[in-house]
Amino acid sequence: MTDTTHAPSHETVHHEEPGFWHKYVFSVDHKVIGIQYAITGLVFMFLGFTLMMVMRWQLAYPGQSLPIFGALFQKLFGSAMVGVDANGHPGVMSPDLYNSFGAMHGTIMVFLGVVPTAFAAFGNYVVPLQIGAGDMAFPKLNAASYWSFFVGGVIMLASFFIPGGAAKSGWTSYSPLAIFADKGPGFYPIFNGQTVWILGMVFLISSSLLGSVNTITTIIQLRAPGMTWMRLPFFVWTQLITSFLLLLAFPPLESAAIMQFMDRVAGTSFFLPSGLVVNGIHIVNSGGGSPLLWQHLFWFLAHPEVYVLILPAIGIVAEIIANNTRKPLWGYKAMVYAIFVLGFLSFVVWAHHMYLTGMGAKVSSFFQTTTVLISVPSVILLTALMISLWGGSIRFTVPMLFAVAFLPQFGIGGLTGIPLAFSAVDLSLHDTYYVIGHFHYVVAPGTIFAIFAGVYYWFPKATGRMMNEFLGRVHFVASIICINCIFFPMFIQGMIGMHRRWYDGGASYDISKTIVLGHSGLEWNTFMSHAAWGLGLAQLPFIFNFFWSIWNGDKASRNPWHATTLEWAAPSPPPHGNFEEPPTVYRGPYEYSVPGADEDFTPQGQAEPGGAGSARLHSADAPEPDTLH
Amino acid sequence: MEIPYIVTPREDTGLWNAKIAIWLFIASEVMLFGGLFSAYVFLRIGADASHWPHGLLNVPVGTLNTAILITSSITAVLAWGALKMRQFSKYKFYMGLTILCGLTFLTIKLAYEYPQKFQHFGVFIKQESLGKYEPYLGNAYLAAKGLPPRIEITGHLHNKSALTDPNAKEYEVAVDAVNADPTNPEFDCPRFIQKPVTGKIVTIDKEDVEYASVFAPRHSSFFAIYFTITGLHALHVIGGLIVFLYFWLPCGANLYKKDPEHLANRVEVSCLYWHFVDLVWIFVFPVFYLL
Repeated sequence: MTDTTHAPSHETVHHEEPGFWHKYVFSVDHKVIGIQYAITGLVFMFLGFTLMMVMRWQLAYPGQSLPIFGALFQKLFGSAMVGVDANGHPGVMSPDLYNSFGAMHGTIMVFLGVVPTAFAAFGNYVVPLQIGAGDMAFPKLNAASYWSFFVGGVIMLASFFIPGGAAKSGWTSYSPLAIFADKGPGFYPIFNGQTVWILGMVFLISSSLLGSVNTITTIIQLRAPGMTWMRLPFFVWTQLITSFLLLLAFPPLESAAIMQFMDRVAGTSFFLPSGLVVNGIHIVNSGGGSPLLWQHLFWFLAHPEVYVLILPAIGIVAEIIANNTRKPLWGYKAMVYAIFVLGFLSFVVWAHHMYLTGMGAKVSSFFQTTTVLISVPSVILLTALMISLWGGSIRFTVPMLFAVAFLPQFGIGGLTGIPLAFSAVDLSLHDTYYVIGHFHYVVAPGTIFAIFAGVYYWFPKATGRMMNEFLGRVHFVASIICINCIFFPMFIQGMIGMHRRWYDGGASYDISKTIVLGHSGLEWNTFMSHAAWGLGLAQLPFIFNFFWSIWNGDKASRNPWHATTLEWAAPSPPPHGNFEEPPTVYRGPYEYSVPGADEDFTPQGQAEPGGAGSARLHSADAPEPDTLH
Repeated sequence: MEIPYIVTPREDTGLWNAKIAIWLFIASEVMLFGGLFSAYVFLRIGADASHWPHGLLNVPVGTLNTAILITSSITAVLAWGALKMRQFSKYKFYMGLTILCGLTFLTIKLAYEYPQKFQHFGVFIKQESLGKYEPYLGNAYLAAKGLPPRIEITGHLHNKSALTDPNAKEYEVAVDAVNADPTNPEFDCPRFIQKPVTGKIVTIDKEDVEYASVFAPRHSSFFAIYFTITGLHALHVIGGLIVFLYFWLPCGANLYKKDPEHLANRVEVSCLYWHFVDLVWIFVFPVFYLL
């Protein structure tokens, strides 16, 4: 809390080169930490997706052993978790393993994949550069945040290999299920799936606390001279609001996790009602607890968490759209106010996840109202971004492809959420694949596409080299086709009533035989699974491109996209300390195509309008700067 | 790489970095304890009157601890003030006093209050067997006065083997004064009464017992949330003491020689945190000890 760096009292021109470990591993430089976050986050994202690719085999072909990897799969998770099929081939996942993969897919994707990448990686790397700062306000806290995240991630991964396997009560860990899961014979008292999940979460929550405090302080304190609030790039605004959400929404989950830990380890009954019977046995406990309390505390985090996932994505997309349409963002101020409202409202909508608990009509009405209200700022954001495209001469670079694809897909995700806001409709759709389709449209083709856009966009800044354009296009086209083939049929499955947690994908339920668009629910399962594996293959060009381009990509100049924000004024990659000389800001973030200027972009740090060279070429017949605005 | 505004405030915000950070951290902490206090509200609303114990916590000792913690907040500010006036030995004295107060608080809490609770044992009687233990519960007397019924017999467990031995058929409890003399009007009002456990041994058949436990978190919702909040609070006190100790030891003196204002700033933000920890206790004390 009082940690600050002991920087040398005077800046030396010739830095002593730090060793490998200090430069790349235990660094306190925000850029290195950002890259660490990005690589760790992307690896976790692929891992979480791999869990789902395995689960999709079970959904498409229940009871059949996994092809090719079956024996390896059994070796990895043990024969208690991975059984044999009718022909004796190994590789059939047990229901327990299926459940733990499901729970860990959610946990890894949200807490270890998307948030660390969208918020921490881009936030760390880009925010100090965009506001013209040399580093984050607390470099050591920054490193502590990353390493706390790393330890949390290792704990989560290790939990797969302890006796009984990883947590299997869903990423929501609802009580009483989560209190009684992973207990009894065959489990250690503390080192069992669910308890280790709680321990891992404590590290992840601490990490996000340190990160959000650091980001907010940095944005408030370290803005370059002239960088007034309304000159902040929109991405910085989204990071600021996201930090506040993380700062205030995560602690209630931490307190809930502490209570669940007490329930599991100290035998308390925070979330256990009196007279509970589990497996036909009357549970002896003090009782008097409330399972609803867990849900309230959990969703008090987890709903703002949705906006933690989506806000940085909108920020990235806004940057890229302004840059590639070569015109200012339409309604920048309205967008800033919209995310303020969004941030505030996100704290009062959480119970729309709980209509089915019978909270009562009055409470439901309140949360229906706030939930419908929150669609207003969301629509403002999306509309502003759409109108920003209007009349622009759009450059379809790879980042722009992903950013433009984000708009309709996030739109689908958002619009399919509106029926869920109403308790009457939600009662029928709750816990079906419809809900899965809805939030995956927001997070996967929404946020993850924005993450890809951001990686392609800022890669030249971070490495000094461009990513390959052709491979990027292959990655984009294959991904957008596959991802829609996975998630769109989920709406169909959900509306015919298929439940999200069926181990056999619904093979034992008549409802899944309903024919929609010529295919039964089960046939859609097979179709979606093939699309999921296709999506896995579609990431190979990206992975190859990413590593190949670090060393072999085309050399990038300081400002390859001809962008206006401050990060492009620094060398690529920026040295320790970022800027050769402290930047001063003279104008708003998106001065593209300023009438009368020589070039179609005017960087924020440039006193005269026009392109990079226009300041020198400024002649007497050019209009005075003041008359332009 | 030098970070600006570590010691001197930024002109337009009027703040140095750590001051913003500590207030943000405290905001987050408010939400953490807020989550736990809202759990308290939830549990208490859900509990019926017989299940929410009163008067089990030691009010005089709690009051003493409250006074100690408030004193430590004052000495912490004095330590900061001494630093601002560049009186280092005075700073050492007040900071030492603050650390001493914190340690005393922890000792009372963890070495006196907690163990006292762990020695106590409570037995909840099944609804149908309440009549059998009427001499120790006095429910007819309570009902006549319109008070909620008593369903628990408390005291010290005499045959500790009853907890582990599956063949043990009964608990022998040296009961508290309230169970020895249940119709005494002194015990009507649920408040803390400092009375030692009586010599009276009551034998309770395990068959009549709904639930029995020492006064540990698993005893009841009350003790669950009490131990969770005070335990977390004690962890915060320990964290604050570590920070204070760090600035009190030679590390603080070294920084003072280099840049006294920097040390003053660091002490200021740790004091802000310390006041917050103090404030949490100001909520804990009435909510658990008095209400």
